[in-house]
Amino acid sequence: MATKKFLYVNRKAPYGTIYALESLEVVLIGAAFEQDVSLVFMDDGVFQLTKGQNAKSAGMKNFSPTYAALGDYDVNKIYVDKESLEERGLTLDDLQHLTWEDENEDWAEKDSIRLVTRAEIAEIMDTQDVVLSF
Amino acid sequence: MKFSIMVSEGPYTHQASDTAYQFAKAALEKGHEIYRIFFYHDGVNNATSLTTPPQDDRNIVNRWSELAEAHNLDLVVCIAAAQRRGIVDEDEMKRHRKDGHNLAKGFRISGLGQLIEAGIDADRLIVFGD
Repeated sequence: MATKKFLYVNRKAPYGTIYALESLEVVLIGAAFEQDVSLVFMDDGVFQLTKGQNAKSAGMKNFSPTYAALGDYDVNKIYVDKESLEERGLTLDDLQHLTWEDENEDWAEKDSIRLVTRAEIAEIMDTQDVVLSF
Repeated sequence: MKFSIMVSEGPYTHQASDTAYQFAKAALEKGHEIYRIFFYHDGVNNATSLTTPPQDDRNIVNRWSELAEAHNLDLVVCIAAAQRRGIVDEDEMKRHRKDGHNLAKGFRISGLGQLIEAGIDADRLIVFGD
């Protein structure tokens, strides 16, 4: 099977619409296809990664713990748009600490999240074969 | 060019499925190939045979069915998204003991892997959504 560069662009808040949850489902199922996967979180999408989510009073399932499993699926290129964070008064400290283990370096734990500028996101998009936006 | 298409909005509320249809039709007329059209999110609502628009409006669901028949298109509806929104075929009806099924002609229900595969096997995957 050909290997392509898949980019999933997450632009919406985790609750209020189902886009974030159904995007995560695609990423997890897509992991079985052994493609080169990257995720971008921008606009309200940055809220998907915030820690301490509690969706109980909204009557929704809190699916945010699932993001921590992405590293186990070899999904470790997670780009967060710096400007989107700043516009919403968030910093990296407000987000979950997502990590993965690098088997080539004796399973060293590494950060999955990379803070990038909007201009860098444009460059990342430019290098992809498939861009799925949610 | 070999295209795949993802439709992620339902009919009538949102322009996305109309635009996807027009794109697919135009691409086929130009001699391009459509590898697969995948319906996700509310896009699965493009596939319910119970859709009954007023007579002077376009019938979005029938339009997809007719295009699929004319060009032997693979119209795939995501099973998880469809189950959430009440779109079932005959097999699903039996499995979940529902009293009816409503998957329109020309569509089939399958998994998200079909979307990934559509991205891998086509030259371009185009998303029509919000």
